[in-house]
Amino acid sequence: MKVISANNLTKTFGDFIAVDNISFDVSKGEIFGFLGANGAGKTTAIKMLCGLSKPTSGKGFVAGFDVEKESEQVKKNIGYMSQKFALYEDLKVWENIRLYAGIYGVPEKEISSKTDLLLESIGFQKEKNTLVKSLPLGWKQKLAFSVSIIHEPKIVFLDEPTGGVDPLARRKFWELIYQAADKGITVFVTTHYMDEAEYCNRVTIMVDGKIEALDTPQNLKTEFNQNSMDGVFHQLARKSIRKAD
Amino acid sequence: MKSITAENIKRNYGKVEALIDISFDVNKGEIFGIIGPDGAGKTTLFRILTTLLLPDSGSATVDGFDVIKDYKSIRKNVGYMPGRFSLYQDLTVEENLKIFASVFETTLEENYHIIKDIYQHIEPFNKRRAAALSGGMKQKLALCCALIHKPSVLFLDEPTTGIDPVSRKELWVMLKNLKQLGITILVSTPYMDEASLCDRIALIQKGKFLNIDSPKNIVEQFQKKMWGIKSKNMSKLLNDLRANPEVNTCYAFGETHHVTLLNEKFTIDNVKKYIENKGHNDVSITEIAPTIEDCFIELAKEK
Amino acid sequence: MKQFLIFTKKEFYHIFRDRWTTLILLVLPILMIILFGFGITTEIKNTKFAVYDPSRDVASQGIINKFSTSEYFTLSEYLDSPEQIEKLFQKGKIGLVIVFSEKFHENILHTGEAQVQLILDGTDPNTALTLTNYATQIINLYQQEQKESKNILYQIKSEIKLLYNPTLKGEYNTVPGVMGMVLMLICAMMTSVSIAREKELGTMEVLLVSPMKPIIIILSKVVPYFFLSLINLTTILLLSVFVLKVPIVGSLWLLIFVSLIFIFVALALGLLISSVVEKQMVALLISGMALMMPIILLSGLMFPIENMPIVLQWISNIIPAKWFIIAVKNVMIKGLGIASIINEIIILTSMAVILTAISLKKFKTRLE
Repeated sequence: MKVISANNLTKTFGDFIAVDNISFDVSKGEIFGFLGANGAGKTTAIKMLCGLSKPTSGKGFVAGFDVEKESEQVKKNIGYMSQKFALYEDLKVWENIRLYAGIYGVPEKEISSKTDLLLESIGFQKEKNTLVKSLPLGWKQKLAFSVSIIHEPKIVFLDEPTGGVDPLARRKFWELIYQAADKGITVFVTTHYMDEAEYCNRVTIMVDGKIEALDTPQNLKTEFNQNSMDGVFHQLARKSIRKAD
Repeated sequence: MKSITAENIKRNYGKVEALIDISFDVNKGEIFGIIGPDGAGKTTLFRILTTLLLPDSGSATVDGFDVIKDYKSIRKNVGYMPGRFSLYQDLTVEENLKIFASVFETTLEENYHIIKDIYQHIEPFNKRRAAALSGGMKQKLALCCALIHKPSVLFLDEPTTGIDPVSRKELWVMLKNLKQLGITILVSTPYMDEASLCDRIALIQKGKFLNIDSPKNIVEQFQKKMWGIKSKNMSKLLNDLRANPEVNTCYAFGETHHVTLLNEKFTIDNVKKYIENKGHNDVSITEIAPTIEDCFIELAKEK
Repeated sequence: MKQFLIFTKKEFYHIFRDRWTTLILLVLPILMIILFGFGITTEIKNTKFAVYDPSRDVASQGIINKFSTSEYFTLSEYLDSPEQIEKLFQKGKIGLVIVFSEKFHENILHTGEAQVQLILDGTDPNTALTLTNYATQIINLYQQEQKESKNILYQIKSEIKLLYNPTLKGEYNTVPGVMGMVLMLICAMMTSVSIAREKELGTMEVLLVSPMKPIIIILSKVVPYFFLSLINLTTILLLSVFVLKVPIVGSLWLLIFVSLIFIFVALALGLLISSVVEKQMVALLISGMALMMPIILLSGLMFPIENMPIVLQWISNIIPAKWFIIAVKNVMIKGLGIASIINEIIILTSMAVILTAISLKKFKTRLE
């Protein structure tokens, strides 16, 4: 089943083609890696898929809804988290969960059971009353991710979720992603860690607004005759002529 | 002569211990990496060495000068690039360079040979404001600004954070070239894969050094055999492996799970059988060399 | 020196490349002058008044009693000659002088008419207007009572005379106030914000780890705003003379001299704020709340100081703008010479010296 489908999506700003005619499909429960150098057009593409930015041309469907015409429906069915994604630092852990559950429209009577479930799933029972600002970064990221899927969205978009996190926490974070995917949530993730691309079921690499490669990490490595995704990425990104953002 | 020495440096912020007993030294012309996650104390250490903060106890020298007593001499002789893009965003590339040249009482022309290689990347954007540059470009400009007075020691606090993998690679090539010019480089990074690009590294976690050595030696010190295991269903594989009492550690590392066993009697063949009994397809098990990241996790666990 | 010049130039780039900063710096003063041109009503209590009463008879004493017993006025002194009146006002001690005509009671009895002159300080038109109203009410009340108790029908004509600002222009009060506000805003707020911005950006770290002397960093931050505030001072004075028609009665040079001292005070305050804050936002809030609010409320710009609770009156003494506004009123509107504002000059100068000393001492050569 296709939960994301982009058909010739294009976005231009004046003369500048930020996203150049990209097409791809993502299946339910898939972990889909979205790679590219700064300025390759990743952020613009994600914004279009989240219904925040209207495509100049082409069609995008997320969770079965048209990103251009039904952006409100799209927003109800997705979760979003980024490295910068703000949990409120001066609120307690449970207050943040409650707040976002409310924002994402979780029914009032389910909120408290969902909060407990969430705390349990990431082992945060003891930290329930801790202020978010006193948590280590890795914990914040775990919490932010769990909060972003509290309304059980069909798709969660993760924008460089693991920047600066320590190695162990990074592993734990990916385990959470695995768990989410096991539950049938589609994970759409961008990262600057090339080893993380290997966790994904499939990976696309964007260069200068275009999709230059889209396949499983294994196939990409074979195709480009490289032994790591890092090698694949550099071989493709070197083609870039676009320099600044 | 050592370029940098540090002995028993301690530093607290209120009750939080940012640095606990840090000692190390850096040889002249060395690229020394401080590797660790956010909040490990990297920036505090950099600020103490660049004379911006005073240690609570302990002593340190840079270029032979004491960081407390001779701070003025240090400030003349080192280049420092803080973690953020420390540029004037509303000024152009050229204006930024001119201003930092004047800060260090020099001119762009005087030490042009030092920054030439790096500057060529950004020269086409001379008239562009710093704010309109990409992350990689900003970092190159900041690096030029830090090098403009031909410092003997260069401090780079997380120069590759927030910039894309291509620019990261370019930056490391530039650092190698600077090393050729005899500049000592102390660089911090949260990216473990960058460790191998340093001559020596210190792994830092929660204000403590876990180990100081060359990346090669650190990897060689890893005691156990490391296995890379994969199957069709990686998520289930992780749970199954962890459920096995003979498995010592098992972490997801992207393509494969990195696994160590408790003792060698339980052979890897047994593991294979165990996995296949759990119903996994396409199982592949290979012995792999541990990465710095494996070592970091292992060392962090011991402490 | 070259360092300093390049850095000053850089500071001007920062100012003029940001549309909003430029706008605030150059247009705000004009807006404020216009906005504060509107009058604001105020209530006054216990204003001191003096009396010149050549007749000293039953009727004049009755009226004086009425004034002293009212909650608005307190009797300060009797004058021996009309020449003393002007001097009293210049000292700023009293708000009203009542002058009775000779043979006041006799005139009432014989002609049924008598005259009282009320003299007020017009530089603060709001206060003057309110005082006039109170005074006429009291006199009318006295008349009323006499009529009822003694059944004597007569009329006391009160003539109002305003010193210094005969047409009761609100602008006379506004100009000195806005000058104080604008100069404080430009110098203190902008200086502190621009230093905080370097801290936030991380450039301050780089500057500190360099051979550059802290004094150069400070001077290059202060000088551009010093020049800008001179431009603003000129704009305000030109606007007030040619648009608001408020003339500069006293010496222009003396006015500029006082303003320069005040500018130094404000710059030093800005430096002091920037030495304790790390973020632009905090610098903005502190200079906004801690500097502007007291200026607006306690400097006498909007509310007369004599009308405030004693505690606030004490506090108002540490507000530099209070002294500056008094000095500007004296020089610009009353046309007085340097002797009349020597106190203000001394106070402002010592503030400038003390604040500069503290802020230079507090400027950190490290991050903490």
